Amino acid sequence: MRRLFFIVPAVVFLVIATFLAIGLTRDPSELPSALLDRPAPDFDLPPLPGRDEAGFARADLGGEPMLVNVFASWCVPCRIEHPLINRLAENGIIVHGINHKDQAENARAWLDELGDSFSRVGHDLDGRGGIEWGVYGVPETYIVDAEGVIVHRHVGPLRPQDVERTIRPILESLQR
Amino acid sequence: MMRFFLVLALAWLVMLPPSADAALRPGELLEDPELEARARALGRELRCVVCQNQSIDDSNAELAQDFRRIVRERVLAGESNEEIKQYMVDRYGEFVLLRPPITANTIVLWGGPFAILLIGAGIAYATARRRQTAEADDLSPDERRRLNELLADGSESRS
Repeated sequence: MRRLFFIVPAVVFLVIATFLAIGLTRDPSELPSALLDRPAPDFDLPPLPGRDEAGFARADLGGEPMLVNVFASWCVPCRIEHPLINRLAENGIIVHGINHKDQAENARAWLDELGDSFSRVGHDLDGRGGIEWGVYGVPETYIVDAEGVIVHRHVGPLRPQDVERTIRPILESLQR
Repeated sequence: MMRFFLVLALAWLVMLPPSADAALRPGELLEDPELEARARALGRELRCVVCQNQSIDDSNAELAQDFRRIVRERVLAGESNEEIKQYMVDRYGEFVLLRPPITANTIVLWGGPFAILLIGAGIAYATARRRQTAEADDLSPDERRRLNELLADGSESRS
């Protein structure tokens, strides 16, 4: 009976320590996506004025795996990741863009400067298109498979190791 | 004394509910006070996903403002509270609800405190019982006689 006095606190300590060890090592800013493994949301964005005639809508997704990148000219991390987006597009991957809460002329100048490799760009001036996707910050990048299902979401700027370790392997497994 | 009242006043300030002054802007409010009250109640139950521990009603973040606008649009369109919450959950997951529903995933969260309370009560009960039985037979007849003798000795020597 007396042994309980030592066992109970030890067990309680271990349980709390386990919970904290798991809970405190997770990044709280990284939220699970509600849309993962679900068909991409229904959305219909107008074109970026001055860039092209057609916008970007749900109907443009599917057919083959593609990337959807949410970006803005005012977003500094977007500037950092953009060369990687361009390189993916150079390698034959279709990348669509959602221009998040941006002025058209700023977005155009930004694309002129950093390279415009987007297939389609939707102009999401009020951010409502982003909300359909569950976007809560820019940049965000989604992988959509040939059936139009969201298979991966990356929050924050893509780094070279993200492209090598997650984006490329997922795209390759989808293309097979 | 002065310092005591100062501390008291500070403590009172700290304890004031922080939501007395929400982040809403005058232009956002709905004209119908009844609908606005519903939108406010919903706003307090939805999490601002960028600031995480604030409701969209309390947050100044741009995303929270967008969420408030969506809630008001949907309230005006005649949707029920459940429909509006479901709309947000479909896009942002159950994480947007500041009061998560009881499901298999959240049962530990909701039930945990009660389970711990029950375990604590069980331990307290067991300990109390053990102490009671221990008290009942702590002195043998021999010991009791000796104790009485000692007590008697003490009173004699003092007089």
